[in-house]
Amino acid sequence: MAVKDYLRERFFPHLWCPGCGHGEVLGGMIRAIERLGLKKNDIVMVSGIGCSSRIVGYVDFHTMHTIHGRALAFATGVKLARPELTLIVPMGDGDALAIGGNHFIHAARRNIDITAIVMNNRIYGMTGGQFSPLSGINVSATTAPYKTIDKSFDIVELARAAGATFVARSTTYHAQHLSEVIEKAIRHRGFSVVEVLTQCPTYFGRKNRIGDAPEMVKWLKDHTTPVGSKAKQENPELIERGIFVDVEAPEYCEEYSRLVERAMGGSR
Amino acid sequence: MAKPKLKRHLINRDWCKGCGICVELCPKHVLELDEQDKVSVVRPQDCICCRLCELRCPDFAIEVETEE
Amino acid sequence: MSKTVKFVQGNEACVEGALYAGLNFYAGYPITPSTEIAELLSLKLPQRGGKFIQMEDEIASLCAIIGASLTGCKVMTATSGPGFSLMQEALGYAIMAEIPCVIVDVQRGGPSTGIPTHVSQGDVNQARWGTHGDHSIITLTASNHQDVFAITVEAFNLSETYRTPVILLFDEVVAHMREKLILPEPGELHTVERLKTSVKEGVDYHPYLPREDGRLPMSDFGGVHRYNVTGLVHDMWGFPSTEPRVVHGLLRHLVDKIENRAHELARYKEFHLEDADIVLISYGSSARSARHIVEERRSRGERLGLLELQTLWPFPADIVRTRCSRARAVVVVEMNMGQLLPSVKLAVERPDRVFLANRIDGVFITPADIHNILRIIQGRGV
Repeated sequence: MAVKDYLRERFFPHLWCPGCGHGEVLGGMIRAIERLGLKKNDIVMVSGIGCSSRIVGYVDFHTMHTIHGRALAFATGVKLARPELTLIVPMGDGDALAIGGNHFIHAARRNIDITAIVMNNRIYGMTGGQFSPLSGINVSATTAPYKTIDKSFDIVELARAAGATFVARSTTYHAQHLSEVIEKAIRHRGFSVVEVLTQCPTYFGRKNRIGDAPEMVKWLKDHTTPVGSKAKQENPELIERGIFVDVEAPEYCEEYSRLVERAMGGSR
Repeated sequence: MAKPKLKRHLINRDWCKGCGICVELCPKHVLELDEQDKVSVVRPQDCICCRLCELRCPDFAIEVETEE
Repeated sequence: MSKTVKFVQGNEACVEGALYAGLNFYAGYPITPSTEIAELLSLKLPQRGGKFIQMEDEIASLCAIIGASLTGCKVMTATSGPGFSLMQEALGYAIMAEIPCVIVDVQRGGPSTGIPTHVSQGDVNQARWGTHGDHSIITLTASNHQDVFAITVEAFNLSETYRTPVILLFDEVVAHMREKLILPEPGELHTVERLKTSVKEGVDYHPYLPREDGRLPMSDFGGVHRYNVTGLVHDMWGFPSTEPRVVHGLLRHLVDKIENRAHELARYKEFHLEDADIVLISYGSSARSARHIVEERRSRGERLGLLELQTLWPFPADIVRTRCSRARAVVVVEMNMGQLLPSVKLAVERPDRVFLANRIDGVFITPADIHNILRIIQGRGV
């Protein structure tokens, strides 16, 4: 199937700003799904609220646009009810890790077979450019006119510590790599997290004078490096990209099926 | 396998928002924005069909068609 | 054939009613005095091939059951005041997206942490207006375990029929006291199954296009129809819209589908109302004391009557008005500061003759409490 067959084309051109990275993540996701040969009726995409979350309106799957921060909770219900479905949950950085932080932690802890794609543009774009927990220190935003004084945290480390069994990071510069890790993440049986470093030229870029969209994408090339590379040793400030965790562990729905078998067999 | 040969770039001018990502990041500088801020192919002969413009376009506005 | 008789808590009667109605997916979080519902279902659901999950908080619990409902499951969660407060946003989502689900709120002392182990009926107005925006909601309650069972089944039925969340508002006394429950036979009580669309695969399915009879057929997520569900105001395909015509149409539909059927949705019980001089109106465990005082006074020749409401919202104004039309006085009996009282006053012809017999100190309202208040109302002192 052509990539466009997976889209709800009648809604294009989409609502994202010129140069916004979300459209590229959408492309990476669709290409991964195409390579995996997944059937449209078998895919449920659940999002929260924000520019990132609007992604579900553009894909021809079973789609749920839910409430801010809670996509993983809705997705957990869908997945546990119908474990054979493929659950993909695209979220923004604030959506997933500010208001949604608790649900993120527990979905990872359960190792439920859901693929979380965190579109990290380090800002709350939809509401006009407020800083997010992923903005980092010394950043300008509409609610940080004196710049931010709090650090961000490492989504990869958080996901790993919480129990996610597949954790990866890519960027919108590395388009091919992005699609490949998303493919692996979806194929992985367990809770998968893909953090995508992406650009918001309209707010983050303008407010912090980083430049336009092409410059922001180039920034992602210049400030990231593959996991474990020599460059990282020489320059610890670089952000690593690649696959950080890829392990097999009991998956929640499978374990629950075993529990049901035990219960129906009369034992505890 | 033979290197893919460019047939043409398929450009959707309704969807292109003139963000410039494909133009700036094309390794062979094949593309430019025209007077209407839409992508146009100015050096098709230099295109190596890497498809990075297609993969990086946030708007699905550019596709690289190769000769089969 | 002799029926199964159990001696159980009200929470267990609710569980049995839910299972009878076809509950097959529960997500919840422990909170006094509802925790037994979760504990019982964690045991019973897997035994029947159903699914139970304890989520990380009440918000996640309601979100999870909404997700499961879209795949075709009959779903429920249970909580108390503080948890119910947390659920309000997701409740609004289920209302807006028209997703069937049953939410049990076993009321306890409030506000805030209140008194976790003592009774109140303080969430009546929250059930109606807890979530933001113009909306309607169905809220049911019961005063004894046989009715708890039946009204729980009814909650699932109405949830499916009207594609709406339904709130079961119980209270700590009914939830924790033990009483006889006779389990109905399969088929004895009417159950309503999910109305599925008859639109074939490949044909456009509109998730929010009503049939001629007003009902909205659903299609299971994972099935042959792919559509969008959102909390944004949306068109009949489920996609966001801000067009005034669409907004007006949807909001009116969400409210009218319930408010216009207040009469059909009214569930209630009548005790000695035919010639009642003084009508007591009550619900939940308060109604037990109200009934006691009515029976006691009747045995002494006084013409008291009781209208026990099982539907609180949409408020059964017609029923209240007609049953109180010949009463000299109406006394609302509830364990709060008069949450149902204003609705009663609005419904009757003589609002100046409506009084409140209440108790708010965490102690169960007794027939003696009502007796004293009746004497004061009747001008006879205590």
